[in-house]
Amino acid sequence: MSGKTKAPTSVLNDAYLRGVFFQLALAAGLVLLFAWLIDNTLTNLENQGKSLGFDFLVRTAGFQISQTFGTWLFDYQVGVSTYLDVYYIGIVNTFLVAILGIVAATVIGFALGIMRLSSNLIFKSFATVYIEVLRNVPLLLQLFFWYFAVLRAMPGKREKLELIPGLVGVNITGLYMPAPVPMDGFSYCVMAFVAAVLITFGVRHYARKRQEATGQTLPVFAISVGIIILLPLLVFVLNGSPLSWSIPEFKETGAILRRGYQPGAGMLLVPEMLAVWLALTLYTAAFIAEIVRAGILAVNKGQTEASYALGLRPNITLRLVVIPQALRVIIPPLTSQYLNLTKNSSLAVAIAYPELVSVFAGTALNQVGKEIEMIFMMMAVYLTFSLLTAAFMNWFNARVKLVER
Amino acid sequence: MSKTKTDNAVSFVRTEEAPLLPPPATQAGMIGWLYQNIFASMSDFTSIGAALKSLMVAFLTVVIVYALAMQIVGLVDFAILSAVWSDPEGVKREACWTVEQGGKLPVGWHAACWPFISAKAKFILYGAYPNEALWRVNLTYAVGLIGLVWALTPVLPYRKYVGVALLTLYPVMAVVLLTGGGFGLSAASVGVYTIIGLALISIGRLARARRFGVAAADLSGVFGILGWGFVIFAALLVVLGVDFNLEKVDTRDWGGLLITLVVAITGIVASLPLGILLALGRRSQMPVARFLSTVFIEFWRGVPLITVLFMASVMLPLFMPEGVNFDMLLRALIGVTLFSAAYMAEVVRGGLQAIDMGQYEGADAVGLSYWQSMRLIILPQALTHVIPGIVNTFIGLFKDTSLVSIVGIFDLLGAAQSTLADPAWSTPVQGITGYLVVATIFFIFCFGMSRYSIYMENKLNRGRAH
Repeated sequence: MSGKTKAPTSVLNDAYLRGVFFQLALAAGLVLLFAWLIDNTLTNLENQGKSLGFDFLVRTAGFQISQTFGTWLFDYQVGVSTYLDVYYIGIVNTFLVAILGIVAATVIGFALGIMRLSSNLIFKSFATVYIEVLRNVPLLLQLFFWYFAVLRAMPGKREKLELIPGLVGVNITGLYMPAPVPMDGFSYCVMAFVAAVLITFGVRHYARKRQEATGQTLPVFAISVGIIILLPLLVFVLNGSPLSWSIPEFKETGAILRRGYQPGAGMLLVPEMLAVWLALTLYTAAFIAEIVRAGILAVNKGQTEASYALGLRPNITLRLVVIPQALRVIIPPLTSQYLNLTKNSSLAVAIAYPELVSVFAGTALNQVGKEIEMIFMMMAVYLTFSLLTAAFMNWFNARVKLVER
Repeated sequence: MSKTKTDNAVSFVRTEEAPLLPPPATQAGMIGWLYQNIFASMSDFTSIGAALKSLMVAFLTVVIVYALAMQIVGLVDFAILSAVWSDPEGVKREACWTVEQGGKLPVGWHAACWPFISAKAKFILYGAYPNEALWRVNLTYAVGLIGLVWALTPVLPYRKYVGVALLTLYPVMAVVLLTGGGFGLSAASVGVYTIIGLALISIGRLARARRFGVAAADLSGVFGILGWGFVIFAALLVVLGVDFNLEKVDTRDWGGLLITLVVAITGIVASLPLGILLALGRRSQMPVARFLSTVFIEFWRGVPLITVLFMASVMLPLFMPEGVNFDMLLRALIGVTLFSAAYMAEVVRGGLQAIDMGQYEGADAVGLSYWQSMRLIILPQALTHVIPGIVNTFIGLFKDTSLVSIVGIFDLLGAAQSTLADPAWSTPVQGITGYLVVATIFFIFCFGMSRYSIYMENKLNRGRAH
């Protein structure tokens, strides 16, 4: 197509050569740009007397991190733990709040999405109002609201607001609730639980075989639930109930500074974490509700009618015909909402919940001053997670894709 | 069968029409409406399961009605009925104190403190922008609003020109008005750029006339575009350089709604073309362009905006040569724009993928160049397809502007949050009042955008149905 043709076009109009030229120019421009940026950066670092390198990670961190799951998991101690520990704590706290948020947002979102499609006007309007208000107000504002206007307005340190008398209470220092304390023999219960889960897989397999052979079905769901609850419970009772509860302890008398909830008793959820969790859950639930609604609406009414015509009952129609098709539409955007929720957990930096951005790119960065390395490490976590999710989605989409003739 | 008339002393054949019965109570009127919309979902008692479900729905309905009513009554009471509206004595925070706290309001009072908002209104809307220069911000708003309404109202004439002016002249005007302009004028550089530009334009003209041979004729367009670029750049330098005798306002003094609008509008206007370019790059036949676009898009989409803003505020100064000092607002603008361009690119790519292959082939068949076919055939269709997605990205961007407060720029939320720290107005209700105002402003903008998008979508769909 190039030079050999007799056509009166010049070399300049040759599409292939043009393409090569543009791409070379693009690549060269980019290389030059990066070279310039890197050169600037190195010069600037030299002028500031800094060097590149990750040796700061083994240095010990000299600042306090508020008590959270991450600090508990890595046994964080000022002056003993390293910056690498701080990094891990940030990652753990990020994913902890993300997972809690994803679970809660999914439940609330599905409920709202179905409510919005209800024929009951009250349900519909409640869901609509909820979704429209929460979707159109910035997440950061909602976070501030929950943290500063709600949780900071809780009773002071020496008082409490009891949600369940004696067991669950809240004040400005956080939410206190009983903590399970496993004792000797509890591991058998865990093993029994794992065994029960494995058995349900067996039951499911057997039920399918049986249905294929005889056409008769088993109530798989009821049997599975029964096994999963009863087997560990049986082991638990036979072992002499090897689990005790650490109940939050509240003192109203004694030295004034010792009054209030006692440290070490019960489980404490710090208000920062509660606020992040509430805000992320409620905000994302509004988006999930819209996705669920769209997914259900996307299933053609003919599918339901055809299923009825075959004699399937409504709940079986829902379970075997409507939901599988709706999920095909729902799951891809749902996954991206999960990803958004995880990324949005970085907003917690605004109220100092010790997640990755706050504790590593905030506090630790101020102490160490290794901007490039630390921001790179922080971004690497989010990027890895995003790309893994994207890879999963590609795999999933390929699996559930409509097989067309 | 064949009965005679006389057999039937009493005839069962109607001789007059039956009287019209009123429709069943469940189908018409107020009761019918209520039944269909509320009670139908809880009136099935044909089986135990259905009865349980009906009872549960009924119970939940009552709970929701109660909760909604409490919320609405609570909000109205908080914002209007019980609220403190004025502070005639000028006692500031004491106007919103209960007796317990040393004020005059009854114990247990909990409602909005509007004098606090009116005292802080200027800061929440404009930040520390000097009072005597506020007319410049308002003028910028007014011109922008008139232009926007004009460009978006389908019945008005010259909408296209207004739109173009809004995208080209208006930003320059806004920069001059908001900052005060007068960035310093170098007559030499303006002269050099103008001369280079004019020279390039003339070369382009001559090339088109085939003075330099056939090959160069193909490049005439490139020369022309470059030349005009230089001339326009020179003109821009003049406008930005001339001192209009306006007071200079540093961007550090900007704040509140002004920052929110500047960041959001710049991000929206800049991210759309950038996003379109990236989307075209990702679908391009050229492997290098495709690879680079993909990497760019996936990188920005894979990290949270906060990290981008951190990077912009901490790392951007390191990337620049000695002495180049970016304004903090500009850094945030760059970060926000690149970030939303990546999201925009994916939305536009969705539209491009929805276009039938025949359209691409048709454009090729009539001999259009790549850019012509994109501009005239593909993009108009693709962008129309994805208007909801584009507007959703805009809404997301508008809400995300609130994150700039984390890197120390006082946007609407940041300004409101910082007013809460003022001890002169320290009351327990100040926080909720402030958040209520900010939430309302954000809601109006975002909800408005989403309604406009639905309206446009319906309008365009109606056009397509013909």
